[in-house]
Amino acid sequence: MQAPTTVKTMSSKDENPAPTPVVDIRAGLAAHMSAAPGAGSDGSGKLVLKAGGPSAVAELGREAIVNIDRVCLFYGAGQALTDISFNIPRHEVTALIGPSGCGKSTLLRCLNRMNDLIDNVRITGSIRLDGQEILDKTLDVIELRRRVGMVFQKPTPFPKSIYENVAYGLRIAGVRRRDVLDEVVERSLRRAALWEEVKDRLHESALGLSGGQHQRLCIARAIAVNPEIILMDEPCSALDPRSTTRIEDLIGELRGEYTIIIVTHNMQQAARVSDWTAFLYEGVLIEFGPTRQLFTKPVRKETEDYITGRFG
Amino acid sequence: MSNSGQSNERAESPAASAGGMPPVSRARRVAQFWLKGEPFVWATGAALAATLTMTGVLLGVVLWNGLGVFWPSPLEAVSLKDGDRLLGDVNDVQYDPHTEKTNIKYRVGNSELQQPFRWVAADDIVSVEYPPNAMMLDRMRDLQYIGYLRSIEAPGLQLALSDEPTVALAAALSAVRARREAELSELTAEEKRAAQELHRRVKYQLIRARYQFRQLSPEDQEGGSRGRALAEKIAELERRETELKDTTDRLRAQINARMQELRRNVAVFVDAAGREKQIALLDIVRFTHPNSMTFWAKLKHYAAKVWELVSDDPREANQDGGIFPAIFGTVLMVFLMAIACFPLGVLAGIYLGEYAKSGPLVNLVRVAVNNLAGIPSIVFGIFGLGFFIYLVGGQLDAWFYPDRVAAAEPVFGKSSILWASLTLGLLTVPVVIVSTEEALRAIPRSIPEGAYALGSTKFQTLWRVLMPMASPGVMTGFILAMARAAGEVAPLMLTGAVKDAPLPLDSQFPYIQFDQKFMHLGYHILDISCKSPNVEATKPLVYATTLLLLLIVLGMSGSAIWLRNRMRTRYQSRAM
Repeated sequence: MQAPTTVKTMSSKDENPAPTPVVDIRAGLAAHMSAAPGAGSDGSGKLVLKAGGPSAVAELGREAIVNIDRVCLFYGAGQALTDISFNIPRHEVTALIGPSGCGKSTLLRCLNRMNDLIDNVRITGSIRLDGQEILDKTLDVIELRRRVGMVFQKPTPFPKSIYENVAYGLRIAGVRRRDVLDEVVERSLRRAALWEEVKDRLHESALGLSGGQHQRLCIARAIAVNPEIILMDEPCSALDPRSTTRIEDLIGELRGEYTIIIVTHNMQQAARVSDWTAFLYEGVLIEFGPTRQLFTKPVRKETEDYITGRFG
Repeated sequence: MSNSGQSNERAESPAASAGGMPPVSRARRVAQFWLKGEPFVWATGAALAATLTMTGVLLGVVLWNGLGVFWPSPLEAVSLKDGDRLLGDVNDVQYDPHTEKTNIKYRVGNSELQQPFRWVAADDIVSVEYPPNAMMLDRMRDLQYIGYLRSIEAPGLQLALSDEPTVALAAALSAVRARREAELSELTAEEKRAAQELHRRVKYQLIRARYQFRQLSPEDQEGGSRGRALAEKIAELERRETELKDTTDRLRAQINARMQELRRNVAVFVDAAGREKQIALLDIVRFTHPNSMTFWAKLKHYAAKVWELVSDDPREANQDGGIFPAIFGTVLMVFLMAIACFPLGVLAGIYLGEYAKSGPLVNLVRVAVNNLAGIPSIVFGIFGLGFFIYLVGGQLDAWFYPDRVAAAEPVFGKSSILWASLTLGLLTVPVVIVSTEEALRAIPRSIPEGAYALGSTKFQTLWRVLMPMASPGVMTGFILAMARAAGEVAPLMLTGAVKDAPLPLDSQFPYIQFDQKFMHLGYHILDISCKSPNVEATKPLVYATTLLLLLIVLGMSGSAIWLRNRMRTRYQSRAM
């Protein structure tokens, strides 16, 4: 698991386990800004990355867990992603924003190879998880998906009891011991801030919960298998504001333990919950950088237009 | 409806026009009438009402005729103008508008002496009486007898008979039955055991041994060790056969002798015309005297008749007695059909719904499956006969039972409950396939994606998540398939249903005789309604059997629906 990463600078993670993003961003901002124009040499497409480039993570002294390198994705003849390159920092929250159809979800679904389920998809480039190539055809997708969990836009509770929903990932992995299951179920539900609400009805159908509880159940289900990364595909778009707040709080609590990548339409949400933000437009990564910087001083004009609501 | 009410109010209310709104013109109202689709609403309502009425009438007819069959109706002693007298119950009344006359059909029974049904013009009737001592007997042979009890002659029973004729007859009947039970039950059981061993085992062992012997070369037959062993075996089996034949013959003779003895105990009856008739007590199944029976006695008789219908074997070429073998055959056949078609259909449906990549071939398969459901059932019967019986059955026989084929007693190459069930399974499998596929497709894609994202394999997703969710839909298909199979007759006539057959059961493993022909309720209805020696006599039974078939289909579908609803509450969400 702990394969050496390809990032140039190794982080000082151990000395500073929970860095406050704001401080780091300011500290690294100058270096980042000066280094950014050089990143243009990476891209060969029409839109060349000028700022907030792929190496931003390394430049800010962070360890990357995922390296996305020149990823292009085609649905049949159409191209959905063009030459995407950036690194995702470990144990932080990265938000993917952009207008509908810009390829955020498609990119997210590359990370656990969910695009395999769709016919006619072709991906080029490279995505490495801890240095291991995950676009490799011979890779064990089942194993990958255990390491990279996912929460969907629409909650997808299975028609089973609450307990069985959370235990599902372990059961299919062959865990049968009751005490192990019990422990993991409780821990995951506590972690997902759902335990107090459901502890008395663990063996009732999960379908009887509310929408917000469904989504937290799905998060509990995802973290029960102890993944390294949790992908969240617009996890709050089907929820009311109160449930949204709870999920956002939960994301804040999970940060530091898991690497979270969240796709969202809601820019306030991206600003609230994420440490890093990537802005995609028409399948191209326009800008990637620390969230605060991207929202306050975007380098690219398109980013500024989008976050100020001029289009999208 | 409420919409139209509103618009009428608005259109006709003077206040509306006074308030500045112009009155709606007639032409506009007509236009609105059509625009709102009022005629369409009426048409839908009328169509529904017509359907409900037809269903109601159908059920009403079956219930009315089926439930009333066994209720003892009063026996009328009728004197006619020409001096003739008859005794019977009214079966039918018809008014002829041309002659303006009413004709009454009486069931007068006594089919060995007269026509059991008789039409009488109402004008010819001089008087009608209801003699309290008139009796109707259900008999083992010749159907009903209607007359008066004169005396009971039961020398072998040593009975002190009461003066009351019905009490005396009841006592005599139970005495003679008790005697038969005591004297004959052991003998008949023994005879049955011997006959079963003879006809189900020894006979076929002998066929096999003789066949094996014939297969040997002449030298082997003469002197080889195998030839000698087989010859010995044949001799042994032949000895056993003779022994069993002797046993059964002896037992049968004993039984007959004792029956003869018991049949000397008779009751003497006299009919309306004054003819005397001796009827052996053993031939009397039950008797009623409807003109003097209490309501409870009638109810008891009714219950006894219903019980006989559902639990007894048929008598008199299916004209009387019960239909238990037909009920049993129907249910067993449906179960075998379900065992055959359910896994096949579900698996095929899963393949079509989940594994098959969409393409012209899969679409072709889908169209073919859908069309299979529309093929007339008799075609399936022909297919069952040609494919299952002649081809598959013949081939199986050729492989495993060449001896039986040589003796012209094929095991699989003949119509049987096995092939009938498989044929019906084939007939109903498209329904199961289509419903499984549809149920799987109805599940939102996000559910399997959620499972895949947790690291499920395709199989785990299917087995642990999708199939439970699809199960109510699959059950719906299963219910439809079962209901169709239970009511289907045409393919069965070609593949195994017969007029009269014992239960396809065996005392030894596998307990079901798959190679037996069987009785089926649907075929039974056909048989008694148009192939019976006396269609008039069996008409009530037709309705009773129809009612029973309906009840069985309803019962089976009902339990499946109950199961489906349980699954539905368990596996399907309101949120999705």
